[in-house]
Amino acid sequence: MSLLSIDNLSLAIHGTQILKEVSLKIEPGRILGVIGESGSGKSITAFSVMQLLPYGAECSGKITLAGEDILSRSEAQLCAIRGRDVGMVFQEPMTALNPLQTIGTQVAETILIHKKVSRAAAMERAADALRRAELPQDRFPLSRYPHELSGGQRQRVVIAMAIALRPKLLIADEPTTALDVTTQAQILKLLQKLVVEENIGLMLISHDLAVVADLADDLVIMRKGEVVESGHADNLFRNMQHPYSRALLKASGHVPERTGHARDTALLQVRNVVREYVTHSYGLWGTTSQFRAVNDVSFEIRRGESLGLVGESGCGKSTLTRAILGLEDVQGGEILFDGQPVFTHEHANSDVRRRMQVVFQDPYGSFNPRWKVDRLVTEPYHLLERQPKGREKDRAIAEALESVGLNETDRHKYIHEFSGGQRQRIAIARALIIKPDLIILDEAVSALDVSVRAQVLDLLADLSDRLDLTYLFISHDLSVVRSITERVLVMKAGQIVEHGPTDDVFDHPKHDYTKQLVAAAPALPDDVAGGRSHDPISGSLV
Amino acid sequence: MLRYFLKRLLSLALSLVAASIVIFLALEVVPGDPAAYMLGLNAQEDTLNALREQLGLNGTVLERYLSWAGGLLTGDFGISYTYRTPVSEMIGDRMWVSLPLALYALTLSTLIAFPAGIWAASRRGSYVDAGVMGVTQLGVAIPNFWFAMLMVLIFAINLRWFSAGGFAGWDAGFWAGMKSLTLPAIALALPQASILTRVMRSSLLDTLNEDFIRTARAKGLNKAQAMWRHALRNALIPVLTIMGLQFSFLLAGAIIIENVFFLPGLGRLVFQAISARDLIVVESVVMLLVFAVIVVNFAVDLAYALVDPRLRGRR
Repeated sequence: MSLLSIDNLSLAIHGTQILKEVSLKIEPGRILGVIGESGSGKSITAFSVMQLLPYGAECSGKITLAGEDILSRSEAQLCAIRGRDVGMVFQEPMTALNPLQTIGTQVAETILIHKKVSRAAAMERAADALRRAELPQDRFPLSRYPHELSGGQRQRVVIAMAIALRPKLLIADEPTTALDVTTQAQILKLLQKLVVEENIGLMLISHDLAVVADLADDLVIMRKGEVVESGHADNLFRNMQHPYSRALLKASGHVPERTGHARDTALLQVRNVVREYVTHSYGLWGTTSQFRAVNDVSFEIRRGESLGLVGESGCGKSTLTRAILGLEDVQGGEILFDGQPVFTHEHANSDVRRRMQVVFQDPYGSFNPRWKVDRLVTEPYHLLERQPKGREKDRAIAEALESVGLNETDRHKYIHEFSGGQRQRIAIARALIIKPDLIILDEAVSALDVSVRAQVLDLLADLSDRLDLTYLFISHDLSVVRSITERVLVMKAGQIVEHGPTDDVFDHPKHDYTKQLVAAAPALPDDVAGGRSHDPISGSLV
Repeated sequence: MLRYFLKRLLSLALSLVAASIVIFLALEVVPGDPAAYMLGLNAQEDTLNALREQLGLNGTVLERYLSWAGGLLTGDFGISYTYRTPVSEMIGDRMWVSLPLALYALTLSTLIAFPAGIWAASRRGSYVDAGVMGVTQLGVAIPNFWFAMLMVLIFAINLRWFSAGGFAGWDAGFWAGMKSLTLPAIALALPQASILTRVMRSSLLDTLNEDFIRTARAKGLNKAQAMWRHALRNALIPVLTIMGLQFSFLLAGAIIIENVFFLPGLGRLVFQAISARDLIVVESVVMLLVFAVIVVNFAVDLAYALVDPRLRGRR
């Protein structure tokens, strides 16, 4: 008998069908990877097991956990099961913990709800759970508050809460999506260790095939609320049957086709740049100290080139971006765009500023929801001395929208009418409208599903060829950087620790930090059919 | 925590100094000669001089400010021009009406708002929620003096449970004093409770949508436990802010209600002093109210730190 078996689970919320006859099984001591893009129903499947569903959700079918029929249990019985038999780990470690309680109290609570033990005994077991989650007490005492811990450490606290009572089943819903790549590798290793040592069954939900590929024993691939394919991981990766699975695999290793056209002239020169912040201490008299976010950084981007910049959060990537855009002055060195400084007289140099544009990560937060697309797209016009009006402006909007694969008629719509991928296309159209030379792509595809990401990468490659664009591509995702850039810089603690042709750097890393990054990056098995493909993405995916 | 405390304390002291300067300048320097202002247009020159002497107006602005501020620090607020009694005594008497009244009203409003807000939030979208929201909408909209008069009609004139106005004095016993403050306190508390209920409800609903509530539910807590143990304290910060603002308002803003009920409180004192052009009293009471507001804000800041460990600074 399986630990968890879901048979023909269907689910509707207020009459809208969300899940259609989903079936899957998890065995103790094994990892089931559940893969799907946003809206595939993978998270709602997990929440069905916990019966923590949105208001108005109705399930039919059968969920059996260790012999118990979950759907026929009362709310009180379910409360007894949650936390004791099933533990859950969530995507967002920064907000998953109560900010007002110590980590000890929060982990001990799992024990106190289910067991009749004293508070002291519960605290002792909490310390044990934290130790198993690799947060030893001597370095992370129980009296710590969540805000005193990093994202990865907080995720360990959530894991400790989930495993405190040694549950039979652990559900991890995108547990590492919000984390840096090296932290991700550590958390995944921890989960794997727990599965083996404590004979837990793990349901590992992810949008990222590569994350799951390393770990899972079995796989389920979901799409639009249905299971399209399932089986043993090894077999499945090598022998995918369903066209969707194959397209998904292909998309995650997708490399857009580009004609290299980098020339010898430098477009952007960054020379010995230092960017310091004054940090205010907590002292009574407000003593200040300096924090060097960017430390003696030098590099060049040649015209027509696509340069990658990789590094983990807090390494100074974003600070450097702001300095390049002339939003802030630098404390040392200089930044030249086509030979001219980007920052003059306390302001961004508008002569060069209008030749640079930026596309940010968040396709939801970077637009004013009350503006129509034409107004959003023409926002960068304020940088121009002579702003196009009337028919000229209409033509520019149409051209920008069409160049990113949207219709001219989309100009009258509001941003909520578009999907995440379409929004990112609009963000690119907004960058293109003033015909810049350099576009800075700051984690521009990180929030997108793999299939959409592949399409946007294709679009970027095509645009750079057609419009002779130069890209500075900033990302924590090595595989994306590898697929679209010719050269790469690796940044750590404000400094460039390694640079060179992208393939060289990733295949033969020299600096220890680069080696760590490359080793930590989740990768699909080498011999898998999809691997790294140059084939265009077929339309069947979306 | 100590640093936070000291920093807040320093900011309290600086605010007080800044406020005293503004009040001093506004009332003494800007309108010209305070003595002429107090005595009116037809005052005799020698009377004016005598009053100037008495008010200590013969000196530079700085000297006058220092002597006024020094007096405030030692509890010497000067002599009221109209009543010919020390202002400190007058304020002391009135304080014993206004402060208990404000505390009484705030207590009532909290006792109503917390349960009502929690009740509405825990039954979001139900008839209970709609009912609470409707009643609080009315409570915010109804002017409190109108409600006060309505209560006087019902409870004082028809039912004769309370007197229609006046203050029995604490000498008549604690309960007699409280009894004469009850109707005014209810009238003051009603709109405050309505606002506080709405803040409590929406803050709690926001918190119930947070990720850590889902984490708590995944641990096995039921809805009520998740709300009481995790949501409530997190929802408290905006509620504390509003309570701080309300207390300051209740202390200073009870003028209308004190007039409706003929209560000898600070609000009425200021009202009378302004009508009588008794600038010394106005100045002192305004300074006192500013002091109260700043001290309440200080207390609210400390309460934040008690609720939220993130404000206590790193250890």
